[in-house]
Amino acid sequence: MVQPIIDIQSISKCFGDLTVLDNLSFQVAPGEKLALIGPSGSGKTTILRVLMTLETLTSGHVLIEDEQLWHMERGGKLVDADETHLHKMRNSIGMVFQHFNLFPHKTVLENVTLALRLVRGVAKKQADERALELLDLVGLADKRDQKPASLSGGQKQRVAIARALALEPKIMLFDEVTSALDPELVDEVLNVMRRLGEETDMTMLLVTHEMGFARDFADRVLFFDKGRIIESGPPEQIFTDPQEERTRTFLRKVLSAGVSRAESAAVAI
Amino acid sequence: MQHWFGYLQLIFEGALLTAQLTVLGCALALFMAIIAGLARMSKVKAISIAATCYIEFFRGTSIFVQLFWAYFVLPLVGIPVSPFLAGVLALGLNVGAYGAEVVRGAVQSIDKGQSEAALALNLTPYQRMRHVILPQAFVIMLPTFGNNAIELLKGTAVVSLISLADMTFQSQVVRAQTGSTAIPFLTILILYFMMAMVISRGIRALERHLSDGLDVTK
Ligand SMILES: Nc1ncnc2c1ncn2[C@@H]1O[C@H](COP(=O)(O)OP(=O)(O)O)[C@@H](O)[C@H]1O
Ligand SMILES: [Mg+2]
Repeated sequence: MVQPIIDIQSISKCFGDLTVLDNLSFQVAPGEKLALIGPSGSGKTTILRVLMTLETLTSGHVLIEDEQLWHMERGGKLVDADETHLHKMRNSIGMVFQHFNLFPHKTVLENVTLALRLVRGVAKKQADERALELLDLVGLADKRDQKPASLSGGQKQRVAIARALALEPKIMLFDEVTSALDPELVDEVLNVMRRLGEETDMTMLLVTHEMGFARDFADRVLFFDKGRIIESGPPEQIFTDPQEERTRTFLRKVLSAGVSRAESAAVAI
Repeated sequence: MQHWFGYLQLIFEGALLTAQLTVLGCALALFMAIIAGLARMSKVKAISIAATCYIEFFRGTSIFVQLFWAYFVLPLVGIPVSPFLAGVLALGLNVGAYGAEVVRGAVQSIDKGQSEAALALNLTPYQRMRHVILPQAFVIMLPTFGNNAIELLKGTAVVSLISLADMTFQSQVVRAQTGSTAIPFLTILILYFMMAMVISRGIRALERHLSDGLDVTK
């Protein structure tokens, strides 16, 4: 593998007695599209949250472009990262959430410009122009002055994607971005992601229950269970010829339930 | 009949002072409520303890005592305080202590996803609070703040105890000079009521204006 952009080294995460990530290691190549699948509660969201620095680690190390994410060097020793270090590291990472988390008091345009203005210090005019390009990319430039409350779920999620793109992160994390949507709104969001995959060289990690999408979008699929990687490989292999019994069981359940998308998203495995 | 104009003017002058005390007291109360409310949630123990002490002290002692302290005791320790400033301090600090709990409750009621999304956009903790959390929390605080402001308005009457010539004080003067109780007291009754109306109407208009797009019960 080429120099990985993300190098996860034996990380563990516990909530009290519960081990959610269990001594987990994997690497992601620059530009790679990685799908994380597995039963709910297997720790997929937690991995993304650790990468976004929303959740601390119990042990282990994460390297982003060869630099420690959760640690920093002090006098030749690795110590826990401080807010300044995390702030620097977060520059390369963006995230889209299952429940959008748009800022309801701001217009669509302001949602997208906020980070440009505050974090990058871009002037209002330039920030507006850049945001409009991004809204155009997700097909929502005409909604610029509306508040999120007046948008459909699919539109909200597209705005959230535009918002996350504003800072041009090298790594984008997508946590079940379609599972809170009505079935007929799923495709508009998946199309935007497909386009991002084709038109950018962003590294994308997506947690998803959309097996069809994972199959034709991802370069590689990781199957998780109980905080461990059970199996990984190219989508053709994982979906047609899984080696592990647990993967087979999971896929059988999801695919049979997934006749209709709504069920597939809601199925509690 | 003629002489009543002079007396009414006295009361109106008092009303102006009452309005000034209310506006400045509310400004100080708002400031203290936000500072102490946020400080109370600080991870730095010393800061949150200091805020808790302030809140508990001012809620646990009466506004009369606080006013007397501001007016009579502060000068003894070398801090000269005019009656007006003592009034503003006592009112603002007292009502601010109640407001601090409102601020804390409102901030904590904002969905965690909001500050997480702001963090994912790499906003600093200050920016997250200032641009994402507080604007939404403020709308939730507003109705209670409106009540607090009206409480503060009613509380201004205590300053007549340190001989500040507010509306209540002036009506006592008029009563003493004219022997009429009904007219001066009816006048200030109406004036207090009108001022309270202005506050509650203003707050409601602000609420309507700010809650656009927010999911708050109107
Ligand atoms: N803040 C938390 N406190 C306690 N338990 C948590 C917390 N967050 C997640 N968990 C638990 O961690 C496990 C893995 O969660 P998650 O990463 O969300 O799984 P997935 O996304 O694969 O469904 C679940 O059992 C969940 O209940
Ligand atoms: Mg999840």
